[in-house]
Amino acid sequence: MKYVTEYRDAALVKGVIEEIRRTVTRSWTIMEICGGQTHAIVRHGIDQLLPPEIELVHGPGCPVCVTPLELIDKALEIASRPDVIFCSYGDMLRVPGSSRDLFSVKAQGGDVRVVYSPLDAVKLAKANPDKQVVFFAIGFETTAPPNVMSAMQAKRLGLENYSILVSHVRVPPAVAAILGSPTNRVQGFLLAGHVCAVMGYHEYPPLVEQFNTPMVVTGFEPLDIVQGILETVRLLEAGNVEVFNAYQRAVTLEGNIPAQKMIDTVFMEVDRKWRGIGTIPMSGWDLRPEFDQFNAEKRFQVETITADESPLCIAGQILQGMKKPHDCSAFGNECKPEHPLGATMVSSEGACAAYYRYARVKP
Amino acid sequence: MCLAVPGKIVEIEENDGLQMAKVDFGGIFREACLDYVPEAKVGDYCVIHVGFAISLLSEKEAMETLDLLKQITNFEEELGPEPGAAPA
Repeated sequence: MKYVTEYRDAALVKGVIEEIRRTVTRSWTIMEICGGQTHAIVRHGIDQLLPPEIELVHGPGCPVCVTPLELIDKALEIASRPDVIFCSYGDMLRVPGSSRDLFSVKAQGGDVRVVYSPLDAVKLAKANPDKQVVFFAIGFETTAPPNVMSAMQAKRLGLENYSILVSHVRVPPAVAAILGSPTNRVQGFLLAGHVCAVMGYHEYPPLVEQFNTPMVVTGFEPLDIVQGILETVRLLEAGNVEVFNAYQRAVTLEGNIPAQKMIDTVFMEVDRKWRGIGTIPMSGWDLRPEFDQFNAEKRFQVETITADESPLCIAGQILQGMKKPHDCSAFGNECKPEHPLGATMVSSEGACAAYYRYARVKP
Repeated sequence: MCLAVPGKIVEIEENDGLQMAKVDFGGIFREACLDYVPEAKVGDYCVIHVGFAISLLSEKEAMETLDLLKQITNFEEELGPEPGAAPA
């Protein structure tokens, strides 16, 4: 058991798709919430192998995409300071703020570094006591345990030159916002497997009941994704409104308790603005006041910046499953991965970027 | 972003107060923090995300799921081709 190749078996994937075909009797619209799954679905062509009754719409689960423009502008301002080493996951470097991106800050002499893990940023802080090291802590629940551990570790080591710029978002409030919208068309959800590995899936039964929508915890390999779709279709066809865990090798109902405890020690729930969607109440995390010394927004006193999105961009409607990338007139024209107009084109996990890369045109 | 990759723990050592592991991703080795899976031991497979193990993989659950999916596929083979389908 290697936990990878077994889940890329073409014959098994085909067999499960055949079972979906046998099970489905009418049209269903299913949303995968996670950008990693969006990318995998389009990359492996799963959307094109499914029976025509199944429509997959793509959710807002790409943290790079939904990080608000204002926060990127704050990151750019902090990263431009001569005393700062600004650390980020690689996929944030290309994301444009109002007028430039982190790459151009680096080109103009800013010390911007890509790190694999937030602990690498802590190491940099330890090795460079005369510099301020700032880590751009973005992500969903999956990335929260690593990001909070970096603040905790800086505290343990007594580092006074480490801080994090936080833009953390949570899945359940986004699911509630999508299902509660009067224009909602999502009938079933594929829940993000790695978010559930951390948080468990006990937060979802109340949402399933409130919105009468079945949900299936789903992994990331092609076989995991088709299995998640099959279980969702089975629930929909049988009229069973419940949560099913199709990623049992990695996910339990209660999730990772040590990780949840650490998140709760360092973070508190706050309102968050989602790029392309707007503010969703209590949909994010920020540092608790006890961790103010590690809060880059407080340490650097960056002013509140307001920024406007392109009027052409329909990312907000795409992120809520109301439209598809090829419904946008700017898609592939004014808006491309090299010069994205909005949220869903900025990261490779955004629906527009995935459609562009794998040449999905309007059917 | 929430991409996480399964890897096998080959060594565990303490570093700056954290439990750190050397993890084998099919021949590529990276470091990962084990503080969120304190029960993990050498030889175990974990889901690793940005240098942290976030979940210990269950071989039993993995095998059960695969067996179930194989049954679905075999079921199709037993039934034979759909009526009216062109011969292979």
